[in-house]
Amino acid sequence: MLDVKSLTKRFGSNAAVDNVSFTIDRPMMIGIIGRSGAGKSTFLRIMNRLTDASDGELCFEGRNVLTLTGKDKRDWQSDCAMIFQQFNLVPRMDVVSNVLHGTLGRHSTLTTMFNLYPEAEIHKAIDILDRLGIAEHAAKRAEALSGGQQQRVAIARALMQDPKVILADEPIASLDPMNAQTVMEALRRIHDEDGRMVIANLHTLDTARRYCDRIIGMRDGRVVFDGTPEQLTTGVARDIYGAGADFSEAATSTEIRDHDAVVTEEIRAAEVAL
Amino acid sequence: MTDMNATSLDVTRDHYLALTRQRRLYGGLMLLVFVLLLASGFGIANERNAGGFLPGLPQIFDFPAEVVQEAWEKRANMPDHLANAFPALIETINIAAIATLTGGFGAVVLSLLSTRGLAPWPRLIPVFRRIMDLMRAIPEIVTALVLIYVLGGGPVPAAIAIALHTIGALGKLFSEVNENADLKPLEGLASVGATWFQRMVLALLPQVAPNWFSYALLRFEINIRASAILGFVGAGGIGYELKNAISWGQGKFDEAAAVFILLFLSIVFFDQLSSVVRNHLTHGSKKGVSQ
Repeated sequence: MLDVKSLTKRFGSNAAVDNVSFTIDRPMMIGIIGRSGAGKSTFLRIMNRLTDASDGELCFEGRNVLTLTGKDKRDWQSDCAMIFQQFNLVPRMDVVSNVLHGTLGRHSTLTTMFNLYPEAEIHKAIDILDRLGIAEHAAKRAEALSGGQQQRVAIARALMQDPKVILADEPIASLDPMNAQTVMEALRRIHDEDGRMVIANLHTLDTARRYCDRIIGMRDGRVVFDGTPEQLTTGVARDIYGAGADFSEAATSTEIRDHDAVVTEEIRAAEVAL
Repeated sequence: MTDMNATSLDVTRDHYLALTRQRRLYGGLMLLVFVLLLASGFGIANERNAGGFLPGLPQIFDFPAEVVQEAWEKRANMPDHLANAFPALIETINIAAIATLTGGFGAVVLSLLSTRGLAPWPRLIPVFRRIMDLMRAIPEIVTALVLIYVLGGGPVPAAIAIALHTIGALGKLFSEVNENADLKPLEGLASVGATWFQRMVLALLPQVAPNWFSYALLRFEINIRASAILGFVGAGGIGYELKNAISWGQGKFDEAAAVFILLFLSIVFFDQLSSVVRNHLTHGSKKGVSQ
């Protein structure tokens, strides 16, 4: 379904994404982890065609999407929704308009300029907002919402595109633990109910383990881990982040859980490591 | 519970659709009013026009054609004319430069005094704003005529007149830039006990300097044209040369063409210069940001 072949992106002399290859054969929820500057964001931006790759191929359903131009490229972008860390909504427009922006790829410039969206799409937008639990904010300006609500508006915009893939670039990095959980659960639910592929860059290991079916670890632009959440032990995590023995997940965990549960988890992880 | 949710969703839906319809109605009305005003305004203007718009249209290029034709016939004199007019161009640019510089400093001061959140005396903001409005409202040429009457002809009254106008115009733009500045760094410096002046220089200036600079460069271009025009009323510079050359029937259109060429080249030169400097400023601010 998705086939990445020796993808490379160079900025000057250093490679942000370095010869990355992997294959995904069915829609699943994939988490990409790695420290800042490991090339996670660059990879997602290449896939969405916000950034051009220097080398390599990225085939989706047998078609190399990196060579598309013009209308084909915009069609691919509307099939491949992107969610950003800072939400990237238009702050002064109302929530429904922001969600309707997901359909821009299908409408002419003139109709969207005069805000002439079909009524059916307005209904659909409100339905999606309702599904994400923020329908009561429909008429408010996006800037009036909290971070977690804005991120759900961004997810609604992505869903409005009716995409095959949803890319999420650090979707919860600017959110508090409670909102982070809501947003991650929304993403997981979209995957479970609609069967869409979700690829998310994540900052915290526990989030990746809890919500993803497969985890890809990147370090300095290269893939250094590719496996199931169970295979992601603390030892592997140390390798991915290039951390020493003093690295402990519990120290940075933001998940809302009992301390006891975290300790049990850690013991289990240690057992697996042994 | 489900029923209640369903009803509230319906309410949201109806509310939003009503809102959309209202917006479309207003948008349509605005468009209609705009088109009607344009059409009726054209009628009125055309009636008052001495010759009429459509009959006059083909004659638009008569005068430029004559200038170009005459200049082309006497093209051998062009290098001489260019050399003769060049000192006047320098004078014009000097007037513009000194006016932009002094006006820019005045604009910085007034803009800081009239921006909400930055002003040391918030209650006086309207006063400083009105001062700037006044400076903008009076055309340079009026100020220049008054000053020439008082101080006599020459570049000084022209520079003062342009500087006054620049303070008003740039002050307004600067204060809009200031309004978009992030107040957090200012709060940070306030927390360490910095004075108002220190906060402005150390926290605000780094944020707004590129924008201020690019507006000042734009104003410099405008001021070159303004100072050329002031030559018509006796302020010297290239405008004076142009005034002498462009009058009909003197056979001096070749000189006028030389002046136009010089003006055009200098505007192009300063436009290019300012875009290079602006690029440099934005690239400078991007340096050090990875990925």
